[in-house]
Amino acid sequence: MFRTHTRSPRQSRNTGRRSPLATTALIAVGLLFTGGAYAAFSTTTASAETSHAASAGTVEEGKKLFQANCASCHGLALQGTDDGPSLIGVGSASVDFQVGTGRMPLQAQGPQAPVKPVQFTDEQVRALAEYVATTGPGPSIPDESLLQADGDAANGAELFRVNCAMCHNVAGAGGALTEGKYAPALTGVEPVHIYEAMVTGPQNMPVFNDANLSPEDKRDIITALKFTQENSTVGGHALGSLGPVAEGLFIWIFGLGAIVALTVWITARSN
Amino acid sequence: MSTVTAPADTTKAPAKKSGGFTAAASNYLDERTSISAAVKEFGRKIFPDHWSFLLGEVALYSFVIILLSGTFLTFFFQASMAEVHYEGSYIPLKGVEMSAAMASTLDISFDIRGGLLMRQVHHWAALLFVASIGLHMLRVFFTGAFRKPRELNWVIGFVLFILAMAEGFTGYSLPDDLLSGNGLRIIDGMVKGIPVIGTWTSYLLFGGEFPGTEIVGRLYSLHILLLPAMVLAFIALHLLFVVVHKHTQYAGPGHTEQNVVGYPVLPVYAAKAGGFFFIVFGVVMLIASLFTINPIWNYGPYDPSPVSAGTQPDWYIGFADGGLRLAPSNLDLVLFNHTFSFGILLPLAVIGIFIVAVMFYPFLEAWITGDKREHHILDRPRNAATRTAIGAAGVTFYAVLWAAASSDIIATHFSVTMEGVIRTLQVLLFVGPVIAYFVTKRICLGLQKKDREIALHGYESGRIVRLPGGEYIEVHEPVSDYERWKLASHEEYKPLMIRPNSRGKITVAQKVRAGLSRWFFEDRISPVTRTEIESSHGDHH
Repeated sequence: MFRTHTRSPRQSRNTGRRSPLATTALIAVGLLFTGGAYAAFSTTTASAETSHAASAGTVEEGKKLFQANCASCHGLALQGTDDGPSLIGVGSASVDFQVGTGRMPLQAQGPQAPVKPVQFTDEQVRALAEYVATTGPGPSIPDESLLQADGDAANGAELFRVNCAMCHNVAGAGGALTEGKYAPALTGVEPVHIYEAMVTGPQNMPVFNDANLSPEDKRDIITALKFTQENSTVGGHALGSLGPVAEGLFIWIFGLGAIVALTVWITARSN
Repeated sequence: MSTVTAPADTTKAPAKKSGGFTAAASNYLDERTSISAAVKEFGRKIFPDHWSFLLGEVALYSFVIILLSGTFLTFFFQASMAEVHYEGSYIPLKGVEMSAAMASTLDISFDIRGGLLMRQVHHWAALLFVASIGLHMLRVFFTGAFRKPRELNWVIGFVLFILAMAEGFTGYSLPDDLLSGNGLRIIDGMVKGIPVIGTWTSYLLFGGEFPGTEIVGRLYSLHILLLPAMVLAFIALHLLFVVVHKHTQYAGPGHTEQNVVGYPVLPVYAAKAGGFFFIVFGVVMLIASLFTINPIWNYGPYDPSPVSAGTQPDWYIGFADGGLRLAPSNLDLVLFNHTFSFGILLPLAVIGIFIVAVMFYPFLEAWITGDKREHHILDRPRNAATRTAIGAAGVTFYAVLWAAASSDIIATHFSVTMEGVIRTLQVLLFVGPVIAYFVTKRICLGLQKKDREIALHGYESGRIVRLPGGEYIEVHEPVSDYERWKLASHEEYKPLMIRPNSRGKITVAQKVRAGLSRWFFEDRISPVTRTEIESSHGDHH
């Protein structure tokens, strides 16, 4: 290739720069430079702009990551094994949720995958998600416009009480399920992960599809949750939003503790 | 407290004989009310000084704080279940349909100046009220202050404890938020679980099918009218008995069954007690301004369909909730076309028996020990080993029930399974009190032995001395006479003998009583006697 291209300008000198080959040559040179520059940069940094253009490359990277980190449980063809379910058709939202919150890769089999530090960069998570999404249609990562927490908080709060509070607690503080499973606390969870959890139903959570809760409803729920979290300190320290148990422990340990210390102080003076 | 401090001036004034406004005013008052006699009598009452004697006062002061803050809340609270659309300033509930009770509570929290603080003061003070009653009861129990002549006052105090819980529960239900509605639903279920009359009682209570539109108004009447009046009446009775019986005191030099050593009410004690009220108020105020309690805006209005995870009652109802959680849920029995839910009846019965046992414990112990003397000097808990052990067993039983009410929170926060927590607590409910009983009793007896040793031979000083003859001895520091009094002044009890009655027969009751008495006093350490102390004086090791 290189040789043919370098030879072509020499031929073009005979016929002048208006030769039809001149255009081809210019394009070739241009491609050579940009391609070389791309190759030089892409080894050090993967820029966000190129991810769209090079989707095929991302999928390929995702496949490699999958084979290295996930296939031992989910199978090389995503078909699932005794240790992990099939991932065919789970969609990119599911992968983004599970890997993006650190739940996957799982460290040990247990009642439930706990949240832990995320093991991959955002690009790697995206690559994994795109790779898994190519194997079958499934819920995809939601659009940014639904994640701005700018919907109707009142509607969202009501939907949350009716649909979510029985497991996640009415203040989103989390709750216990059977056999060591639990609904995690929702404080500090990214809006995108809340949305993805609703559409994919990870672990013991039921799926809330778009017929069940419309995308706008999901946006409202996110709005309500974010509002509650940002305004949870209306009456002072929230004591973990755990309700009467935390309040009771507080009054016995710190309230009554302080009072008893004061009674000792007030009577000790006379001795 | 103003009623106590104001008359203080009236007693001082005549002593000064300097005239002036105070003297004139007190003279004016006395001539019209003859109050000086009462002030003289009450002002000279003696109260001994010990921190544990102030716990009842904490309860009293919390109640005063509750009355004050509660009055503020009644100005703005609407005890109505009429449906309204919330139009206040809390955004996530704007336009949501709710009862007027919930809406007015939200208004108190967000739109009335100082309202949220007053709500939190009221609720925190309520928690402190019941908690301080609990601690006060433990003090009275473990020091034997309930013995003759104070058995009835123990019962009155216990009724106050029950009334306080009722006050708390009715208040908890008033805002008509999701959490309190869930709590009411549990009560409704318990009432309906009672055979034959259950369903009818529930309909009577709620004015129809749960939740109806009546219950908040009814609970409000109880909460602000009937129950506080009863609490006040019983507090008055309780304090009257304290005055009549005089205060108990701990053993010490000069302390006898016939006297009370301490400070007169006026002026020092009244000033101290008055100041202590403001300290308690300050602590409650500080807690209420720094820590959220019952954030109903998070819970939202009550609606029978949603039930939140982690729904618990306030701490003092926790033991009953724990009982429900620990009872096996598959004990339904169908008889004559009626379902008997033993998952509800069993905990109800167990808790009922527990409450009655605590309430009548003074009479039970008096019968077992056969002790008919008056007691004004308190026991050190270790010197009444069996009673202390029974108390520890009771505390353990209560604590297990209490912990069970937060079984789900224990499960999530300690990463254990819910079933594991419940199973463990079920076993602990029966095994825990037994272990606590024996461990406590052994500890008490061990401490008694140590006390006896110290009273006779003094403290180990750690100083080793070699005698001229080559012998090594450790020097024991003798205890002071004041110390020894505390260590050696308690009485010795012995098991009752079985005696035939007037007709020469030994009844079954006598045998039971003798058996129980043996159980109570069989293991004991004899207190140090005067002769033992005197003979030990020449001893040097």
